Amino acid sequence: MDTNNRVLRTKFGDRLLHWTMVSCFFLVAMSGLSWFFPSLHWLGSVLGPPQLARILHPFLGVVVFALLMCMFVRFVHHNMPVRTDGIWFRHVLDVLLNRHGQKLQIGKYNAGQKILFWGIMALISALFVTGLVIWRAYFAMYFPIPVIRLALLAHSAAALALILLVLGHIYMGLWVRGSITGMITGYVSRAWARQHHDRWYAEEVAPEDTSSIKHHP
Amino acid sequence: MGMQSQDIIRRSATNGFTPPPQARSHETEVAKLIDVSLCTGCKGCQVACSEWNDLRDEVGHNVGIYDNPVDLTPETWTVIRFDEVEDESDKLEWLLRKEGCMHCEDPGCLKACPSPGAILQFANGIVDFQSDQCIGCGYCVAGCPFDIPRISKTDNRAYKCTLCADRVAVGQEPACVKTCPTGAISFGSKAEMKDLAAERVDELKGRGHHGAGLYDPQGVGGTHVMYVLTHADKPELYHRLPADPTISPVVRGWKEWLKPLGALGFVATVAGAFAHYMGVGPNETDETPHKEPEQAPVQEKAENGPSDNAGDA
Repeated sequence: MDTNNRVLRTKFGDRLLHWTMVSCFFLVAMSGLSWFFPSLHWLGSVLGPPQLARILHPFLGVVVFALLMCMFVRFVHHNMPVRTDGIWFRHVLDVLLNRHGQKLQIGKYNAGQKILFWGIMALISALFVTGLVIWRAYFAMYFPIPVIRLALLAHSAAALALILLVLGHIYMGLWVRGSITGMITGYVSRAWARQHHDRWYAEEVAPEDTSSIKHHP
Repeated sequence: MGMQSQDIIRRSATNGFTPPPQARSHETEVAKLIDVSLCTGCKGCQVACSEWNDLRDEVGHNVGIYDNPVDLTPETWTVIRFDEVEDESDKLEWLLRKEGCMHCEDPGCLKACPSPGAILQFANGIVDFQSDQCIGCGYCVAGCPFDIPRISKTDNRAYKCTLCADRVAVGQEPACVKTCPTGAISFGSKAEMKDLAAERVDELKGRGHHGAGLYDPQGVGGTHVMYVLTHADKPELYHRLPADPTISPVVRGWKEWLKPLGALGFVATVAGAFAHYMGVGPNETDETPHKEPEQAPVQEKAENGPSDNAGDA
């Protein structure tokens, strides 16, 4: 790889975390959808026969939540709202319509990605809590039936919102060329960094170049 | 499922385009009528139920009340409830009620169940769990307005009264009906049972039970297990029997409102993404050697094409 023209954007540990999360989330989401939309019953087959899928789904859900907590620690400082996020919001149409050129002062993550981050954090946390309430045969019996009903509704609603959000995330990854490679190899091109995250490039990537031109991470 | 049945009018988690086999759906609707005024609380029905259905619940402990076992379990599908009630004149009344599945015309368990074919409603009105299809999620417990299904800890499946579907299928009455020594439980067509109930209610009223009446709650479309209650105006007295049971609006919202909305959300999201991609095209990066981006000649962009080595994302 031409590391001269590439910059490390996501470290190995973080990438591993992300893709482990993706694998577990995929299995949990597919099995969950098979129960929410029984006509898509076959989706649950990713976890084997329905009875097995039903047993595994909550355990995998707990794994997803645990990974999420790690992700929170690793990524939260890049996802705090900053004043320049407003610029991205004002130019969201330009962003979506591929009109490049303006410097939008985007840090490591843009405002849309930050919304995604906090959305995922909130929704998976909600899924974790509501999931415990409805978890047979370990926890559900400790809750009154009206509470279980509300938890079922909230669990489904949060799961739907989350899956739709993740679909959007996947689409953005496919749309913005170079980002999926970036999340797998960790590296993005300098031009990519400048185009999509100009402030991150200016503040964190470019200064490192001048201090240690020969040293590549 | 073992024996072939072609009289299924509702099948859980199955959409209307693929209805269950219902060639025999002309069957008469059946009902069990429990006259609480005739019940002596002998628990013969509990024994008969366990015997016919081959259930061997563990021997429990006496906790100071006559309810024994203290609750329905995966291996106890019916239990007599004993409630001590004081009326306005401080007179003690002992109210007994045989609790078990009510076999609703509009079953909440079936509505909530996510496993295709795990809950069936037959043309005769019986709502039966198909245990081999059950995934143990407990949604039926949340769906039921009467708190009847119980999930087994040993095999992770839901159980409840079958209304002796196997006996009824061959023209016999349920085991509890057969065994009841006081004749408090009757079985027949729903129409016959309502007539019988009307006679009993008249008699009870004649004896001064002015609140006597039939419990056949219309909020769940009526039930195939009905009660003659001496206090039909206050059914809650009988161990919290709900006065107007319905499928919870939360369960309805989940199945009837959120589900189609969710489907719409999926279609809109996927269609939106496709339309965006077709309209806007991929978001590529200009990989020409870096100059200040503002000064980069725009024309060169097109020549370079996707040189991001982005892989086939």
